[in-house]
Amino acid sequence: MAAHLSYGRVNLNVLREAVRRELREFLDKCAGSKAIVWDEYLTGPFGLIAQYSLLKEHEVEKMFTLKGNRLPAADVKNIIFFVRPRLELMDIIAENVLSEDRRGPTRDFHILFVPRRSLLCEQRLKDLGVLGSFIHREEYSLDLIPFDGDLLSMESEGAFKECYLEGDQTSLYHAAKGLMTLQALYGTIPQIFGKGECARVRTGCFVVQVANMMIRMKREFTGSQNSIFPVFDNLLLLDRNVDLLTPLATQLTYEGLIDEIYGIQNSYVKLPPEKFAPKKQGDGGKDLPTEAKKLQLNSAEELYAEIRDKNFNAVGSVLSKKAKIISAAFEERHNAKTVGEIKQFVSQLPHMQAARGSLANHTSIAELIKDVTTSEDFFDKLTVEQEFMSGIDTDKVNNYIEDCIAQKHSLIKVLRLVCLQSVCNSGLKQKVLDYYKREILQTYGYEHILTLHNLEKAGLLKPQTGGRNNYPTIRKTLRLWMDDVNEQNPTDISYVYSGYAPLSVRLAQLLSRPGWRSIEEVLRILPGPHFEERQPLPTGLQKKRQPGENRVTLIFFLGGVTFAEIAALRFLSQLEDGGTEYVIATTKLMNGTSWIEALMEKPF
Amino acid sequence: MTTGLILFFQSGRPLGAGVRLGLGLRMNRTKGDEEEYWNSSKFKAFTFDDEDDELSQLKESKRAVNSLRDFVDDDDDDDLERVSWSGEPVGSISWSIRETAGNSGSTHEGREQLKSRNSFSSYAQLPKPTSTYSLSSFFRGRTRPGSFQSLSDALLDTPAKSYAPELGRPKGEYRDYSNDWSPSDTVRRLRKGKVCSLERFRSLQDKLQLLEEAVSMHDGNVITAVLIFLKRTLSKEILFRELEVRQVALRHLIHFLKEIGDQKLPLDLFRFLDRTEELALSHYREHLNIQNPDKRKEFLKTCVGLPFSAEDSAHIQDHYTLLERQIIIEANDRHLESAGQTEIFRKHPRKASILNMPLVTTLFYSCFYHYTEAEGIFSSPVNLKKTFKIPDKQYVLTALAARAKLRAWNDVDALFTTKNWLGYTKKRAPIGFHRVVEILHKNNAPVQILQEYVNLVEDVDTKLNLATKFKCHDVVIDTYRDLKDRQQLLAYRSKVDKGSAEEEKIDALLSSSQIRWKN
Repeated sequence: MAAHLSYGRVNLNVLREAVRRELREFLDKCAGSKAIVWDEYLTGPFGLIAQYSLLKEHEVEKMFTLKGNRLPAADVKNIIFFVRPRLELMDIIAENVLSEDRRGPTRDFHILFVPRRSLLCEQRLKDLGVLGSFIHREEYSLDLIPFDGDLLSMESEGAFKECYLEGDQTSLYHAAKGLMTLQALYGTIPQIFGKGECARVRTGCFVVQVANMMIRMKREFTGSQNSIFPVFDNLLLLDRNVDLLTPLATQLTYEGLIDEIYGIQNSYVKLPPEKFAPKKQGDGGKDLPTEAKKLQLNSAEELYAEIRDKNFNAVGSVLSKKAKIISAAFEERHNAKTVGEIKQFVSQLPHMQAARGSLANHTSIAELIKDVTTSEDFFDKLTVEQEFMSGIDTDKVNNYIEDCIAQKHSLIKVLRLVCLQSVCNSGLKQKVLDYYKREILQTYGYEHILTLHNLEKAGLLKPQTGGRNNYPTIRKTLRLWMDDVNEQNPTDISYVYSGYAPLSVRLAQLLSRPGWRSIEEVLRILPGPHFEERQPLPTGLQKKRQPGENRVTLIFFLGGVTFAEIAALRFLSQLEDGGTEYVIATTKLMNGTSWIEALMEKPF
Repeated sequence: MTTGLILFFQSGRPLGAGVRLGLGLRMNRTKGDEEEYWNSSKFKAFTFDDEDDELSQLKESKRAVNSLRDFVDDDDDDDLERVSWSGEPVGSISWSIRETAGNSGSTHEGREQLKSRNSFSSYAQLPKPTSTYSLSSFFRGRTRPGSFQSLSDALLDTPAKSYAPELGRPKGEYRDYSNDWSPSDTVRRLRKGKVCSLERFRSLQDKLQLLEEAVSMHDGNVITAVLIFLKRTLSKEILFRELEVRQVALRHLIHFLKEIGDQKLPLDLFRFLDRTEELALSHYREHLNIQNPDKRKEFLKTCVGLPFSAEDSAHIQDHYTLLERQIIIEANDRHLESAGQTEIFRKHPRKASILNMPLVTTLFYSCFYHYTEAEGIFSSPVNLKKTFKIPDKQYVLTALAARAKLRAWNDVDALFTTKNWLGYTKKRAPIGFHRVVEILHKNNAPVQILQEYVNLVEDVDTKLNLATKFKCHDVVIDTYRDLKDRQQLLAYRSKVDKGSAEEEKIDALLSSSQIRWKN
């Protein structure tokens, strides 16, 4: 079912199986027939590790979405709530339980908190007088969820905001726990590198904290020496704060653009249905689909795996080549004369059909995206972004941004651009910043003062201090802007943004070769300390690399990662003489829009 | 390199413009260049461009492949994951919620579900995964205090356990547990989800040690548990004083208070810590939860004068004043509208209330419904402009959009007409006439009006672009004539309608002997 998870260098199906087992164990604890009431947010992440069939095997007969008032009728012995530890959800659960009690046959209630039990929530349940109704109150540590053969995410939407605005480090604790789980399954990681913020908040560096938590947890762990041969050679912990720039730019890979335009949630995307023909020709016309077309996007689909990380500009030619191949393959049927030949042709049909369906889907998606990327406004926006990233006119009010505000384009779009300009100028001149602020508040509403403060607190939008712009130094030293970029047959990671090489990935690349010592000066400019930590291994587990064998690096993005960055890392993994293959983990798969959105202030 | 680029730019936006945006994802500012650019082989747009026809090829192959359908039995693609139209793979969790909740839903969906019901049996027959890996297998059997907290550790414990005495279990239940755990043991037990009494920590020193242990574990849940205990057992002053030197714990407390919706304590806290701006913002934030406009206005009044930064103070004051005005305007206009005596409201009924709209929207509204009112009246545009110091540019843009929407071309004209002291009139637009043209076009202005403003665009290239884009033929023709560009004029002839006045005009020009063409 999840074979694509085992294609990579590290078999992530092992992790998936482990969390599935955990789920079964919990379900079996509640003996008898069951109904699950879902916190809707969780169905997405859970869908990546289990299908309904697994639940059904363990006597789950009904499933509902968590809603107020009464639970729908269900003739089951157990009612289990699968919820995130959130206070507002506790109120709904209490409502459910209280209205249930009045209706006769008693049933057993249970709560499964994901990923963590919370004292606050249990207190709230107690205040509402229902805590005693629950037989099992447990937690399910779904910390890192395997998304693909080389990709793990915690899908913790609030991680960045909690860390940087609220100063709540719980998500870092979960990150450290997730890493401990990985080490339990894949062996101790001998070397840890990190780069992360610390100057701004006095408490210290998040990245260092995660590393410390890991080491501390490990110490508490002694006695049961991990005897698994290490799969990962090293771990690189990167704080999103080190590279605030990359997510703000528009991603230009195929997958990145799908995410920018339609938003990929838990590896699914919802698309406008018009471009997707009805399944059967007979149905055409009379019931045109009105519901969004939902597609799963991962490497289980051969064609998608091939094109997702390409610059969108290189996607069309692949699609058209594939079309020719498939057409030719179907034409083969005319040449099949003997029974044997026909039989062989028919045996290939299922595969050919899948390829045909996949091709049709991606042609439609490419058409949808092309409509956007060829629009004048998209080009104007891209022009401005690329000017900023290459260091042009970052110190004055930008005409295009002004126009966007005047025409009341979406506030998130405006904020993304203003933040990008700020980051590419190490902060805006006070006059420029004040101008943008006033325009934004007058056009979109004064209450956004709160959002602007949040962005400032996160370092995304700030006045330049000391009148010094460090970005040019960083750009030149790390070669963030590449003048000759080949989108069809890329030679450098900068192809993912058509010229801009993501800072985060450049850091990873330089770490693997020639090492960070070569860029000490820039590392000092970037926020937070950098460090290296070794976890000693017993001699029996020390790895002797075969000549030519690549190292495997687990790179953990604290605060989120974009699909374009993932594409750039995959590009590095595939380089013939690259020497390093990457497995990517993160607190959240994100893009500039979802990032800014999470930082916006909304009514309680 | 950078300097070079900047110089390059200062000389006007060059061909293929500036920073190489690699790609066909590159935009040129002028249309003519653009076409040349797209057609040049070096930067090809998307490869399935109409020109090389790959897209149509693709479509053709899609058709071809589709037609093979009949040839292939539709129902034997068992290997493929079944997907209902909405795309949920059949058997996925979100799909099953709908399925098992018994909403037969739309017939379409229902059909899909029926069809796929059979597939469950095949799932059920799947052998259980044989993997021996389970998280719990790694941790089972280690009950030593302080071992890594795992799912299974929690699972091995008694059901319905609770964390802390707050959860109010009878005293007796604690008797099995040792009573002399150190703060660090206690924190570890809390972290593992075990019952632990915090009440025995009576001295301030013990309580603070407890807090420090919790903080060093970085576990927000435990930190919060300890903070709740401290909040309950310490006086506000002492709690604040101690948290002031413990920033992590402090932020957790603030976050926690926010979470439970406590609005008073954070204010006390910020006041104590002298974090005045945060105090002000945190107070201001509450207005978002007040729906009633009058109450909201009163609340905003309490925000004015709070210690915001100078810049923000002005914005907060404006926010209050704006809502105050909106309430007055809204009451007045609602009355006018329902009375049905005012033409503008009859012709253009209001779509929504103006309450809580941004300033620019309010200005637009005012330019739309109250354009001619005198400065002394709150709802007049001039009054808004003065009160909120709206810059000229912003004002003209908004007024233009509003008047163009009403097709009040005289007002539009007046917006850009200035008289000098000699009484000569001159057209001037602080936003540039190219923007004026765009806005007019968006509001479906007739060609004659558009033409007038296109003509006022100073830059010849921009003028030509706009004129071509909006089909202001006369402007295009006159401009080519003035440029003495015979070739372009000839080319443009093919773009106007056959036998039209424009064609005649071009022919007349082309055959004129008065013009000395440059080509």
